[in-house]
Amino acid sequence: MAQVIQDKIIDENLKWSQINQDVIRSMQAPGKAYWITFAVCVAMFLTAVAAEIYQYKVGMGAAGLNNPHMWDMYIATFVFWIGMSHAGTLLSAILHIIHAQWRKPIYRFAEAMTTFSLMTAGFFPMIHLGRVWNLYWVLPYVSDRGIWPNFRSPLVWDAFAISTYLSASALFLVIGMIPDLAILRDHTKGWRKKFYGILALGWRGDDRQWRNFRKTYMLMACFLIPLAISVHSIVSSDFAMSIMPGWHVTTFPPYFVAGALYSGCAAIMTLFICLRYFFHMEEYMTKNIMEKTTKLTFAIAMVWTYLNLIEFASTWYGHNIYDKEVLISKATGPYAVVFWTMIICGSVVPFTLCFQKLRRHMPTMFVVSLLLQLGMYVERWMIVAPTLSQAHQPHQWDVLWAPVVQWAIVFGSFGWFALLFLVFVKLFPSVSMYEVKELTFHLQHEAEEEKWLADQEKHATPEGAREKPVTGRPGLEGA
Amino acid sequence: MSFKNILENFSKYRRGAEEGGHHEYEHRWGMAIDLNLCIGCNACSTACYAENNLAVVGKDKFEKGQAMHWMRIERYWDDADAGRDFPEQGALFLPMLCQQCGAATCEPVCPVAATYHTPDGLNAQVYNRCIGSRYCNNNCPFRVRYFNFWSYYESSWPEPLNMQLNPDLSVRDKGVMEKCTFCVQRIRTAKDKAQRENRAIVDGEFQTACAQACPTGAIVFGDTMDPNSRVTKLWQEHEVERGPYTSKKPKQNAELRGYRIFEELNVDPSIMYLERVRETEV
Repeated sequence: MAQVIQDKIIDENLKWSQINQDVIRSMQAPGKAYWITFAVCVAMFLTAVAAEIYQYKVGMGAAGLNNPHMWDMYIATFVFWIGMSHAGTLLSAILHIIHAQWRKPIYRFAEAMTTFSLMTAGFFPMIHLGRVWNLYWVLPYVSDRGIWPNFRSPLVWDAFAISTYLSASALFLVIGMIPDLAILRDHTKGWRKKFYGILALGWRGDDRQWRNFRKTYMLMACFLIPLAISVHSIVSSDFAMSIMPGWHVTTFPPYFVAGALYSGCAAIMTLFICLRYFFHMEEYMTKNIMEKTTKLTFAIAMVWTYLNLIEFASTWYGHNIYDKEVLISKATGPYAVVFWTMIICGSVVPFTLCFQKLRRHMPTMFVVSLLLQLGMYVERWMIVAPTLSQAHQPHQWDVLWAPVVQWAIVFGSFGWFALLFLVFVKLFPSVSMYEVKELTFHLQHEAEEEKWLADQEKHATPEGAREKPVTGRPGLEGA
Repeated sequence: MSFKNILENFSKYRRGAEEGGHHEYEHRWGMAIDLNLCIGCNACSTACYAENNLAVVGKDKFEKGQAMHWMRIERYWDDADAGRDFPEQGALFLPMLCQQCGAATCEPVCPVAATYHTPDGLNAQVYNRCIGSRYCNNNCPFRVRYFNFWSYYESSWPEPLNMQLNPDLSVRDKGVMEKCTFCVQRIRTAKDKAQRENRAIVDGEFQTACAQACPTGAIVFGDTMDPNSRVTKLWQEHEVERGPYTSKKPKQNAELRGYRIFEELNVDPSIMYLERVRETEV
């Protein structure tokens, strides 16, 4: 028990008013550095817009695709962003259900990351379409010609899965913010007061509201978890449902989900460090929380590695000549550099997370988190491209490196994501105020209980004295 | 808009999806290609360009792999270690076109059902419905689907070459997938004519452009459901059957040269190839 108190997640003596002040401070009028970053992101986004306009006008040939390579970086990037969206759900829903307290100061921005990366991912299936203006044909709208989409196609499942997940996760984000929005409404002036007033939906913080709020939140969490897992399983069926060597793999759904959680956790580490330094959130984004995040990341990295090995082994011992050739060409062919980057960044670099000194050293963790993300990005690309380069028909074997239009759009997507995130941190609390308050309350409670227990042990009485002290408001118990 | 119509259509569609394609065929167009007779002259490919309004993409785009040859002659060369090399051995030619698979892998993956199975046993591609997700070609083991990466029509047929475009079918713009149709416009014309004259289609009444152009008669086109057609007889002669793949019997008779490409993937191709008899032991 003494160990628990030493490794406390945050300082339990943080005043509640201090928490309010700190979070509201992070949302104040932005400084120079913010605007410079903002301008860079806008520039990146506009580059992508320009590239997309060009591609829209002249056709998909602008993206340098050719006959065997019908898909390339767009699909890889799509899978990457969808994957990144899973970490938010992991933190906010799964860890909520298992009562992991340490998620509380950091889950809000992770959840925002979920929503924004889905909003980024959603662009890519559109961008990659040859005739994007007919996109709505994928949806089962009622038409008197009786034409339906093809419900057997994984791309249609994608459309359903992503739109459901996006709306559910956005709703979850907004619902979880209601008590905080009420705090902001009470502490701001001018247009902000009006804005938060509308969003707070008349939150007064009475018992009935809290009870309903907790129920809703728990319900949404339970709804989101299977949804998140199904979404990436469905994305994996884009590949697994085909007959292509290297795509037709039974373990793809869990492999994709593990990869998704992996890249998402790495992204959380990156954003964690950014917020910690740029908004001076050292008291909330503590090194202890970072350590817990990194441990989680390490565990997921090992799951991912294991699933990778399963895939390699089953391909190797399966003796399907097409599968085997694709695997061999991945490791030794023209894409070997990318393949080994994936293996090193994805399976070797995470071992740095085993050392406590490194885990607590923020600059190292920043670099490591970026390397992990690089590894996960190239992993997605390694799934898409090499199979197409060396599928069944040897006459159509080819090697393709993406030209500038694809790169521009992919880079622009990072700009767009960062743009959304930058707007978010200035408009909404990136740290959940009410849950940090809960956390400090619980920690205080724990400390008191601990002290009381110690006292009891000192003057040990034979019986009847071991009743717990009643402290605090009963409404917050077990929240 | 009739609500009943929508529901009926949907339930019909659902049933179709569960059963997986057509089972009641009117015709099943198929081919037999004798590789012994193929001299790699590319006449079939040229004929296809003329018949089906295929875009001529130019050298640059051809090298990029963006060509539109629905019918292509694949050339395979012997391994230098395996005996005689070029030019003594020469190339092995493989005319490759859409195999019109009975269990086509391209069909289930199209999100908008732009490619579907017709009662003629063809994989139809509806250009107007295609949104260009290109999943069909990704899932095609033969890689015989061609995507309009650019607006090829703008430069493919400079005046007066546009006068030679076939009026029986459309010219495709950017963003749609296209592929060999077994000259569906000729099939339609023949079917219409036969219907007007109130008779069945006679074997050899019409041919695909490639079969017509082949100087050695390597390509035989016909209805594999018609027991008297040339193509059916060839299939029977070489003991090749339609339907799912059953594990290969060891070949007893060297005369039996028939095989279907990637049969083991269970795609049920409609084209039978007749193996080339080679001088050297393979």
